[in-house]
Amino acid sequence: MEMTPKSQDEKQNNQPMDGSAVLIQGLKDQGVEVIFGYPGGAVLPIYDALYKDPIPHVLARHEQGAIHAAEGYARVSGKPGVVIATSGPGATNLVTGITDAMMDSLPLVVFTGQVASTVIGTDAFQEADIIGITQPITKHNYQVRDVADLPRIIKEAFHIASTGRRGPVVVDIPKNVATEIFVTKEERTSEVNLPGYQPTTTPNYLQIQKAAEAIRFARKPLILAGAGVLHGQAMEELKTLVETKRIPITNTLLGLGCIAGNHELFLGMAGMHGTYTANMAISECDLLINVGARFDDRLTGNLESFAPHAKVIHIDIDPAEIGKNVPTEIPIVADSKEALQALLNQEFNVPDTEEWLAYLRGMQEEAPLWYNIDEHEFLPQEAIQMIHRITEGDAIVTTDVGQHQMWAAQYYSLNNPDFWVTSGGLGTMGFGFPAAIGAQIAKPDERVVAIVGDGGFQMTAQELSLLQEMRIPVKVVILNNGALGMVRQWQETFYDERYSQSLIPVQPDFVKLAEAYDLKGYRITKKEDAEQIFREALLSDEPVLIDCRVKMLENVYPMVAPGKGLQEMIGVKSK
Amino acid sequence: MRRVITVTVINQSGVLNRVTGLLMKRQFNIESITVGHSEQPGMSKMTFIVHVEDERKIEQLLKQLQKQIDVIKVNDITDKAIVMRELALVKVVSPPHARSEINSIIEPFRATVIDSGKNVVTYQVTGAPEKIEAFIDLVKPYGIKELSRTGATAFTREIQKVNSPQLSILK
Repeated sequence: MEMTPKSQDEKQNNQPMDGSAVLIQGLKDQGVEVIFGYPGGAVLPIYDALYKDPIPHVLARHEQGAIHAAEGYARVSGKPGVVIATSGPGATNLVTGITDAMMDSLPLVVFTGQVASTVIGTDAFQEADIIGITQPITKHNYQVRDVADLPRIIKEAFHIASTGRRGPVVVDIPKNVATEIFVTKEERTSEVNLPGYQPTTTPNYLQIQKAAEAIRFARKPLILAGAGVLHGQAMEELKTLVETKRIPITNTLLGLGCIAGNHELFLGMAGMHGTYTANMAISECDLLINVGARFDDRLTGNLESFAPHAKVIHIDIDPAEIGKNVPTEIPIVADSKEALQALLNQEFNVPDTEEWLAYLRGMQEEAPLWYNIDEHEFLPQEAIQMIHRITEGDAIVTTDVGQHQMWAAQYYSLNNPDFWVTSGGLGTMGFGFPAAIGAQIAKPDERVVAIVGDGGFQMTAQELSLLQEMRIPVKVVILNNGALGMVRQWQETFYDERYSQSLIPVQPDFVKLAEAYDLKGYRITKKEDAEQIFREALLSDEPVLIDCRVKMLENVYPMVAPGKGLQEMIGVKSK
Repeated sequence: MRRVITVTVINQSGVLNRVTGLLMKRQFNIESITVGHSEQPGMSKMTFIVHVEDERKIEQLLKQLQKQIDVIKVNDITDKAIVMRELALVKVVSPPHARSEINSIIEPFRATVIDSGKNVVTYQVTGAPEKIEAFIDLVKPYGIKELSRTGATAFTREIQKVNSPQLSILK
């Protein structure tokens, strides 16, 4: 994709501009390099301004595709993803993506068109109360009532989205505001002034001392690292803490990648489909150091029996997360990087953890991740391991939600941080493929593999258009088991195999679908062919789609059943 | 637990909605809520009374409120020395023969008559919500035709009780 460099024609202040021109200029001032969007009636003035003063724009084929792509871009680049959609249906089509970004703390600035101020509230054509709709699912939202407020609101929106605990901000722009002319009065570079928004980034020194003291006396310490480590770019500090103090580490689903998947002190992911060792380590540790994870219920299982022996240190930039689910002895409100740096600056003896490490290592050997190889059918786990082998663990992997996501989390051992893009909190089907497009735009030189299921892929498959149009070399791998796999697994386990509406017997010909978009499609039906097809497809420079037929009745194990404690895992196989 | 919470917010449209929406999303039941201008221009003060089960829920509520961009300050003043007032307008059935009787009953409440007709009188009463309750209970037997309450507004008193050491020699 061609990225035109940031426009150099700096417009002078005090020059009459209309709202749309102010918006485009504001985006350039913020260093926006790409917009994901879809035009429509209410945003025509904005698109007209974009025509005159271009910023590269990705025209998705559905607003949901646009916003998931913006999320993928934000996740991989660390910069806010920018989305434009029209009023009414355009705006409501964004709701899933906004919620997804909110749940996973991804920075987005979303501009929605609105009907003219004069008709707001009259149920005008393509009017929807997007401010009311998005209030519970945004970090903040604005409706611009006066064009003179627009420069300030743009700055505030980007500031709020990308600082503190990051998240989506919606800016709703009525059509007349976009066309109104005004003379910019304020300096575009003036500082943001939000008295009600002052995120704490520097940790409290006394709390850091307490944390150091707790680590010093711990016999069985454990680090639980979440996405906050990645958002705070604290990977180096984390690694230093892990290695110098010899503390074992586990990750949440969203925290994967913050330490290399093959690190000797890494126990694998924790939670519902985490490793046995990681979950037992949580159940047995005497000190749990949570860095940037929010103790989601898919991680903790039954709270009654979560980390029963542990003193809890919780480092989080959002004070509302501390103590929300798990009582915390040592709360530290701070940016993860600053907190870990402060902790590393403390002089404290290294606890002797060798016995604890040996115990956990024994457990890892005794009860590793497992699956039974099938003589005839290709297993999804084998497919993921094959993808891992061929891409040498260096690809950016995106997923939807479900079985394929859990297998990818378990078997695609990541070498790099920020190379894992998944829908964690909201669990959004249809996320993975458009997110891969955004990730590829953020990092054009990396290999991006979208690992999706046949169900989720069909929710946003229309974005195949973009691969062809923009020559985005995303590799789409459909782990096709002809079912809504996780739903089917739960029905098998908890509903007596009553497969209500979870099997999809009639599928489109995915290869032909790819061909309809003028893309190369592959199909893997026999496991003997898999290696060769994957190798050819994944190593190609082109966008490709691989319809990988895998065993339908394969389940994700091990598992913590809903309502159970982490120590009650099922599907654990010991050697 | 009944908690009295004051919230200072930037006076912008949608802020009340944001705050009540947050309470709804997290399943807090509001007993009363009042909003009005404060001493600072551009700032409003909300007072709300809310029922919560335990300390952790109240802590979570305060933190969530604090997280809102338009919220400047959040205070749980339940356990402080506070001034709390509510106003109620009560339209009571009051035929001429009963009027003096009712008037004598309401006197200790320092309620005032603000409108009267042939058979009805409207009283205004201000005070803590408990006082309002007591007043309503008292006039209920005469027949309440209409009732309108504002909800409580509150802030802390200038002088707070300090936990001073026990000085009595008897203890």
